Amino acid sequence: MSDVLKLERLSKSFPVGKRLFGAPKGVVHAVRPVDLVVQQGETLGIVGESGCGKSTLARMLVGLLPATTGRIEINGEPLNTADPAAFGRKIQYVFQDPISSLNPRKTIRQVMEAPLKRLHRMDSAARARRIAEIFASVNLREDFLDRYPHEFSGGQAQRIGIARALAAEAKILILDEPVSALDVSVQAQVLNLLGDLKSRLDLTYLFISHDLAVVEAVSDRVAVLYFGSVVEIGPAEDIFRAPRHPYTRLLAQSAPVVGRPLRAPEGRETELPDPLNPPTGCAFRARCPRATEQCAAVAPDLTAGADTDHRVACFHPL
Amino acid sequence: MTQFLALLLRNRLAAAGGIVLLVVVVLAVLTPVLPLANPDATDTANRFQPALSRAHLLGTDHLGRDLLSRLLWGTRLSLAVGFAAAIFAATLGAAIGIIAGYFGGRTDNLIMRGVDMLMAFPYILLALAIVAALGPGLGNALIAVAAVNIPFFARNIRGVTVGLAHKEFVDAARLSGLGHGRIILTEILPNVVPVIVIAMSTTIGWMILETAGLSFLGLGSQPPQADLGSMLGEARSALITNPLTSIVPGAMILVIVMGINLLGDGVRDALDPRLRSGALTRPMPATRVDRPTPPPAETEEGGAVLALSDLQTQFHVKKRVYKAVGGASLAVRPGECLGIIGESGSGKSVTALSVMGLVASPPGVITAGAARYDGQDLIGARYETLRRLRGDRIAYIFQDPLATLHPLYKVGDQLVEAIRCHRTVSKAEAWQRAIDLLKQVRIPNAESRASSFPHEMSGGMRQRVGIAMAMANDPDVIIADEPTTALDVTVQAQILSLLNDLRRERGLAIVFITHDFGVVGQLCDRIAVMYAGRIVEQGPTEAILTTPAHPYTRRLIACVPELGEGRRKLEAIPGLPPAVDRLDPGCAFAPRCEKARAACLTGEIALAGSGQRAVRCLFPETEIPSEQSA
Amino acid sequence: MTGYILKRLLSAIPVLLGITVIVFLIMALIPGDPALAILGSYATPENVAKLNRDLGLDAPLVARYFIWLGNMLQGDFGQSFALNRPVLDEVLERFSATLLLAGVSFVLCAVLGIAAGVISAARQYGMADKAITFVVLLGISIPSFFLGMMMILIFAVDLRWFPVSGMKMAYGGGGFVDVARHLVMPALALSVVATGVVARLSRGAMLEVLRQDYIRTARAKGVGEGRVIWGHALRSAMVSIIPVLGIQAGFVLSGAVYIEMVFQWPGVGRMLVDAILKRDILLVQGGVVFVAACYVLFNIAVDVAQSLLDPRIKT
Repeated sequence: MSDVLKLERLSKSFPVGKRLFGAPKGVVHAVRPVDLVVQQGETLGIVGESGCGKSTLARMLVGLLPATTGRIEINGEPLNTADPAAFGRKIQYVFQDPISSLNPRKTIRQVMEAPLKRLHRMDSAARARRIAEIFASVNLREDFLDRYPHEFSGGQAQRIGIARALAAEAKILILDEPVSALDVSVQAQVLNLLGDLKSRLDLTYLFISHDLAVVEAVSDRVAVLYFGSVVEIGPAEDIFRAPRHPYTRLLAQSAPVVGRPLRAPEGRETELPDPLNPPTGCAFRARCPRATEQCAAVAPDLTAGADTDHRVACFHPL
Repeated sequence: MTQFLALLLRNRLAAAGGIVLLVVVVLAVLTPVLPLANPDATDTANRFQPALSRAHLLGTDHLGRDLLSRLLWGTRLSLAVGFAAAIFAATLGAAIGIIAGYFGGRTDNLIMRGVDMLMAFPYILLALAIVAALGPGLGNALIAVAAVNIPFFARNIRGVTVGLAHKEFVDAARLSGLGHGRIILTEILPNVVPVIVIAMSTTIGWMILETAGLSFLGLGSQPPQADLGSMLGEARSALITNPLTSIVPGAMILVIVMGINLLGDGVRDALDPRLRSGALTRPMPATRVDRPTPPPAETEEGGAVLALSDLQTQFHVKKRVYKAVGGASLAVRPGECLGIIGESGSGKSVTALSVMGLVASPPGVITAGAARYDGQDLIGARYETLRRLRGDRIAYIFQDPLATLHPLYKVGDQLVEAIRCHRTVSKAEAWQRAIDLLKQVRIPNAESRASSFPHEMSGGMRQRVGIAMAMANDPDVIIADEPTTALDVTVQAQILSLLNDLRRERGLAIVFITHDFGVVGQLCDRIAVMYAGRIVEQGPTEAILTTPAHPYTRRLIACVPELGEGRRKLEAIPGLPPAVDRLDPGCAFAPRCEKARAACLTGEIALAGSGQRAVRCLFPETEIPSEQSA
Repeated sequence: MTGYILKRLLSAIPVLLGITVIVFLIMALIPGDPALAILGSYATPENVAKLNRDLGLDAPLVARYFIWLGNMLQGDFGQSFALNRPVLDEVLERFSATLLLAGVSFVLCAVLGIAAGVISAARQYGMADKAITFVVLLGISIPSFFLGMMMILIFAVDLRWFPVSGMKMAYGGGGFVDVARHLVMPALALSVVATGVVARLSRGAMLEVLRQDYIRTARAKGVGEGRVIWGHALRSAMVSIIPVLGIQAGFVLSGAVYIEMVFQWPGVGRMLVDAILKRDILLVQGGVVFVAACYVLFNIAVDVAQSLLDPRIKT
């Protein structure tokens, strides 16, 4: 196994309250410095609730957002250019909303041809061959090619979105909530297709979702994001079964499970910290039953315990 | 394009406007070859000839020039100048707007500040200043009119472009290796063109008016050349003695501009996708009821507080009929929580909204069935009866609390209103009650939160307000339409446990609509599973989740990954749910069902079973003792 | 709130400066020598040179701008050569007449337009909607100056209800009744177009709002339909109507130019047209800057009203 994707201290902050002159009024740290390594052929799941920075992270990985600090390495080569086309050949993105990721005024063929033409400079015969090949691999009929996006259901459109990502022949796919907009029966179809493609084409996935069960079902490893930081990362089969960070446990207990009696896992009515006035130390401490003074003073780093695969950013892990 | 023309022609007013305009344009084009008198030949002896006089169909003006000839030549000039100004302004304005909107940031800031500066002038001041500088003349008037309209186009197009530039398909194009130039040309522009056309078609009339206006003031076309505006300006001094010379050019302007406006509205309607789908119609206060068959008799459902029998709701969009709900029968008893589960398009929300007539209408129509609250049929009830029950006896909680709370009222005031709609209490008393309600839904600092606006609260807090509002009048039934779908899991858990506590404390009946088996499994006593507008299975939660009888239910449950089972291949149901505007006879799930046989595709399949458990399937997964009681 | 008003006023300063720059640059475009135009037949080379010196026209462009701006800030808008009186005096006198006309028209267009739009939306596709839509269409298609002329023909000449022109206020004398009698026709003629635009927009905004989820919520609570329309829906619709009212104020001011010509109203519009035809540059410059500045201030008031209505706007 080799590291195909490596993030070092990657972070993103947005200025808020822009003024015409001078510095902005404040800065929101959407993603705090993150280190992650994704191995060849694995699926790394990223879970977190809204506002935790998971989409920002994904958009930085494909160059749609410039990173504030840090670097991205793909196969050992640093990728510091801000040109999305340079990213495009190495890493591709599947969007959450399948319909709005397709230009309503272009046929599917035009959509599919763009990456072949621009990233791989194929001639038209080669393009037609390649499109046929890709469409076969995602189980789409070729007569869809001359239709417009509004003629497709969500599941079909998402297959087209996947087909487009495959056309770039990137080996890494960022899947940003790829099934959240789909109904459960269709969701399973798309997830299974992604699984097949991965083993057949030797792909590496970064799978981002808010749905714990889905992430657990498709991932090898899972990273849990809270308030812009990775708070826990570990093997998918352990992370929700035996969480070490109190937040991960809260997530796992909150997920509705048939047969489990209904109760609020948190006694108090709590809210996320205010991004404009972030708390000192650990961002979760206000909601954490195990918080101590130490948590208020310093933010804990992501450290490995006895098990090096399973790391947690907590002073008092479970 | 053909579709566009067809849509345009179907609009009778637009077609009429188009025809009028076409006639005027053809006349204007043909003017040089028509047998007309020289428009500039003066003949003061024959000044102010009446209409229909010899050789002068429309008479003559103050210098004895033929009015008809001047009218046609003037029309030609006015049209040409108006169109030229519109095209000029639209092209330049759109280019500026696209660049500002697409690149954003500093470019945008700089350009839009300039545009704002120009828009800070009442437009005519700018036009007058330009004419003052360049000197009076038709060409200069054209420049002035075009120039003052550029900011309007720029601002309009910029707004649209900003929206487009953040669309996912633009990101996708970027990742496909397209550069800025190509993205603007192939991704942005095709989506902006309809907006430009709409903006042009609605402002072109205005531009003709403006150029005519400048000519009217004597700042546009200079004698002897005349457009419609200067004809009117020249005729003004003789308005009282010889009104005809004023009326003729004025009426022509009116006809042209009206034709353009009618056509422009038609163009807008045909190009605007929201209007095309009929979305811009206002929902009526209550859903239309068109029930040709008498409502079914009251069934002997023991002690149900709310009972639906064979409820059918359809959407009539143009000639298509979508059978969103094709006959739903349900009952909920006090203190009971009934879950309605289904995928999108299964009709679960429409069923719920039909009860109180809240399905948007048009296009919604309730076509059959009954919904009885305490034995009283709500379908087809008088509006006032419905209104009195809404929020008082039967209350709703909706999905997205940001969209469902009024953004401009304080949450406390919204609660007060909910109370005072049904009780005559003083404002202060209602406010106190509102604070109590907020406390009951466990909102911290209820006193100060009551004065907050919805946008100042988090999603979970907003949904608590939504629940408080539903509880305001101690209703008997709460219908909750996916109340936790928009929320994060940790917040969802809080909201679900709150709802559960409330119903146990107060003996509320809850109808809970969701697509999540985990949620129904935890909250509901009984479940109804819907597919393609019909209930396919009904029964106690426990029984349905452990031994589903309908193949759809079984396979749907299998699709959903459950937490704690680790990595695995998921069960999937091949195919798609059917479109409810063309349902085939028989079982709607048959095309996707591996157990389907020929019998499944013919005739009506009844919901069969005992009072507790029922299934709409000829070959159920588990046998249900049938027909003991209906 | 005071802080917000102050902030808006401060942000108006660059806009006002921008206006003066634009006006100044446009006027600097004027071909030929303005002194020639001013002196007319007295234009001997010596006279022209002297006048240029007197007017400061021999200085470089930037210097001329700052001289002009500095003078204006001290209340000196220069001297109108055609009228031979200070520009500011003339503008102030004429603007008060325009303000009366435009103000009344603006109130008319706001009230009638919004009411018509709301009724039209509430009764979508009903008789009232169709009638309003037709009248509105006619209103936005008719040139206001033509409408004014037709009104004179019908109401002043034929029916003799109102006087044609000659309001006395501007010349001193003339009581409220006289002013009102003279005001009816021009104010109506001026407000027609703006009323149409406001009505159309209000109808669209209402239809948009009525489809929103929170309207369904209001109905689900049992709020009566009258309150849903005139309370919940109109309040939200106002958020998009108010900015248009700001723009319409500009259109009313603009339309006033035509109406003043038709009805011989002694307003600033007529003054400007006369000044342009006589090439009275300083009067044009001064008039345009003054009226534009007033319009900028009015739009600040609109913004403040908007922020009072919509709590989501950061104050």
